[in-house]
Amino acid sequence: MVATFEPKKDYKVVGTRPIRHDGYDKVTGKAIYGADIKLPGLIWGSVARSPHAHAKIISIDTTEAKKMDGVLAVITHEDMPKAENKMVDLGEGSVNFKWASEKLMANNKVIYKGQPVAAIAAIDRHVAEEAARKIFVEYEVLDSVTNVVDAMKENAPIILEDLIGDDLGEKIHNTNMSEHIRHDFGDVEKSMEDSDHIFEGEFNMEMVHQGYIEPHNATAAWNEDDQIKIWTSTQGAFPARTQIAGILQVNVSQVKVTPLEIGGGFGGKIPVYFEPIAAILSKKSGRPVKMVMERTAIFETTGPTPGGKIKIKLGVNNDMKINSAISEIWFEAGANPGGMIGPAAMCIYAPYNIPNMRIDAWDILVNKPKIAAYRAPGSPQVAFAMESLVDELCQELSWDSLEFRIKNASKSGTRRGDGVRFSKIGLEEVLSAAKASDHWNSPLGTPSPGIKRGRGIASGYWFNIGLKSAANLAVNSDGSVILTEGSTDIGGSRASMAMHVAEVLGIDAHDVKPNIVDTDSIGFTDVTGGSRTTYATGYACWEAANNLVIELKKRVSILWDVTPEEISFIDGVFSYNNEEKIISFKDLSSKLGDLGGPATSTGSVDLSSAGDGFGMHIVDLDIDVETGKTDVVRYTAIQDVGTAIHPSYVEGQLQGGAVQGIGWALNEEYYMLDNGSMANSSFLDYRMPTSLDLPKIDTILVEVPNPLHPYGVRGVGEVPICPPIPAIANAIKNAIGVRLYDTPMNAGRIIKNISIK
Amino acid sequence: MSSSKINKVQISTKINGQEYDLLIPPYMSLLDTLREIVGLTGTKEGCLDGNCGACTVNVDGRIVDSCLVLGPEVNGKDVNTVEGMATPEGLHPLQKAFLEEAALQCGICTPGFLVSAKGLLDNEPSPSEDRIRHWLAGNLCRCTGYDKIIKAVQKASK
Repeated sequence: MVATFEPKKDYKVVGTRPIRHDGYDKVTGKAIYGADIKLPGLIWGSVARSPHAHAKIISIDTTEAKKMDGVLAVITHEDMPKAENKMVDLGEGSVNFKWASEKLMANNKVIYKGQPVAAIAAIDRHVAEEAARKIFVEYEVLDSVTNVVDAMKENAPIILEDLIGDDLGEKIHNTNMSEHIRHDFGDVEKSMEDSDHIFEGEFNMEMVHQGYIEPHNATAAWNEDDQIKIWTSTQGAFPARTQIAGILQVNVSQVKVTPLEIGGGFGGKIPVYFEPIAAILSKKSGRPVKMVMERTAIFETTGPTPGGKIKIKLGVNNDMKINSAISEIWFEAGANPGGMIGPAAMCIYAPYNIPNMRIDAWDILVNKPKIAAYRAPGSPQVAFAMESLVDELCQELSWDSLEFRIKNASKSGTRRGDGVRFSKIGLEEVLSAAKASDHWNSPLGTPSPGIKRGRGIASGYWFNIGLKSAANLAVNSDGSVILTEGSTDIGGSRASMAMHVAEVLGIDAHDVKPNIVDTDSIGFTDVTGGSRTTYATGYACWEAANNLVIELKKRVSILWDVTPEEISFIDGVFSYNNEEKIISFKDLSSKLGDLGGPATSTGSVDLSSAGDGFGMHIVDLDIDVETGKTDVVRYTAIQDVGTAIHPSYVEGQLQGGAVQGIGWALNEEYYMLDNGSMANSSFLDYRMPTSLDLPKIDTILVEVPNPLHPYGVRGVGEVPICPPIPAIANAIKNAIGVRLYDTPMNAGRIIKNISIK
Repeated sequence: MSSSKINKVQISTKINGQEYDLLIPPYMSLLDTLREIVGLTGTKEGCLDGNCGACTVNVDGRIVDSCLVLGPEVNGKDVNTVEGMATPEGLHPLQKAFLEEAALQCGICTPGFLVSAKGLLDNEPSPSEDRIRHWLAGNLCRCTGYDKIIKAVQKASK
């Protein structure tokens, strides 16, 4: 039985904008991020990496490295525990420990460039890096594949020999295809034939990176009693513990992960990279070992989100309704199975009520880093295809594309592509807000000579997740409350967690002291990801606060010699018999010593569903027709956020997601050479958006409370990266009459298409 | 921190108003000098090739990427980092504005942005939005989309 809640409006704390609790430490340089930790006897680790994307390892010679002054340990695959071949779900994506172990330290062959082949611990970072250059490896270079088409060809080089592909339930050997899934509903072939108009498009996208500014890092201390302590920047201390224990083949209780402050993740800091390596180096050297990844390796070996190919065919009728939809999605997995095709299939048609639909999706290995989640993993890609084709058909048929979206909009009860039916959603409210927005109703304006200006819109969707969270509370004698929880604060979540507690207890948000603790100090909590933190951990905080009220009523009952049931609690005040007796939360806190001792409580949730989120973005884009240079001149992000607990950080999520999407649309890509190396593995050449590339990003928060959360929270962080790519593609079409089917839509590609036209 | 066999160089420098005599390897960056030798970890490492600005510090009134400056180069110079911005009287107006405007999410780029923005406002107390965007283009932020950072700097401007 899932609890449902009626929305309220008269909140005291929810919807306000308190200063975040960790803010002072973060603006003064005092906050301890992963790389900032210092321990007695600390030494540094480094890895030697493969220069090839696909090669057999003939031999590894560590002699010279071991001889170097200051080198304390050298390890290769021989030092890695043999992990078992099984899949473990980590909230967003899953992991096979055998492959995860070999991904971190190559066994007999390398399958992506930069894959570690040996690791060194030395007295300082400089010596460790020098020693890594003295690891000599003999390779037999193999042909590599770097795109889904080549990887699916007959006679393509096989990347993982022990991969068994799953083709709609049928087992396939000797393949690079890890999975093929299908969702089928209605009579899709006949409805397509019967449609008044049929439109098709094929879209191609390059891999992109999450681009967090903080490098991956890990510090490990393997104690003599085989207790392993890890300090790291991770989106989930518990899922990190699961991975570390699985790769090291120890019990989870032997691993204590302390999550330090994290400098961005966007899904990319769910997998572990250095943690198990640092642990083994620590065991071998007897010293705590710290490792920090260099930026080239971050691009070459961690976290990208898949590129690939998407084909869509839409059948529409003259009544402006979509009658039939058929799509095929081929996603790059990287060098291990990827697992982002499932979410892509869930998202592709989500903003539309379509009676007949089919989706086929394939996950395909290529000699590139294994993909990780990136903000609504899979959804921006399919949004690019779907929202571009919707725009195209509306132009061809002279239909207003916003009216078309309103006419076909999903509502409560609409069937999503994978079969799930939506509960309470706010897409129609979002589209109405877009239609009423100042941006939509403002003229485009006149650009300078030589510049063409266009406007584009697009919808976006993410399902948001729930999963497991725990929270503990303890009352201080001064009327404040200690909150202990396990969700890494990646963007201000301490404030929203504290606000959940403060709202229940009727106290100030700053009278709640949030603490994010290690895996020995709180119940299992899933990743900060999937837009789940404010929803699920917030829910656990709310539950803990309600349990605290129950406990405190018992204490008041001792004080007044009445039963707890006779006591009411409103706005931070306990009262009896129509306020005959009253005591505030703060006054009570100072008396707890004589009323049974410390008052504590706990909240623990496992939420199977969350709140589906929809958004629409509007962009005005200038294009210099001589050079192809683009300039975003106005941008508005509109989204149903459920209830905004701390509106500033909700706006920030919309703005940040939009800008990551703008970068993906216009410039970012893995520029791969034929030999499988990335040609642009630095921030200079990868070229993410800077402040100079952007206007202000306006936000419109639409609040359709989610009945599954006590305050109506939906996840907000992922939806906003979905609309920007198609919104920009549609603006380009509007500006210069050219439809781009490939990302990135950079100056070169625009100019090429202008000249073809 | 460094190998004992390497000949170290001695430097005298002022960091956040405090005099330091340091013995460092000649190849050590100013970033590592601050983080590993002096223990000021507020200055962050992001890319080590001068492209993200997370390690921005102020040397003799100029903002620099401390990963691209060698420690020995600041001999006799005046270095200011994020740790030097607040005073016993309280936060610098930029720090206060960053908090009030929610101009940070993960916060890893924040020290670099604060030191960069201070470098601007020290010389130009009332910059235009375009001037702020241009000045801060050497600092990457991946979380915020820059909107609230720009608003915070405008708020701290006169």
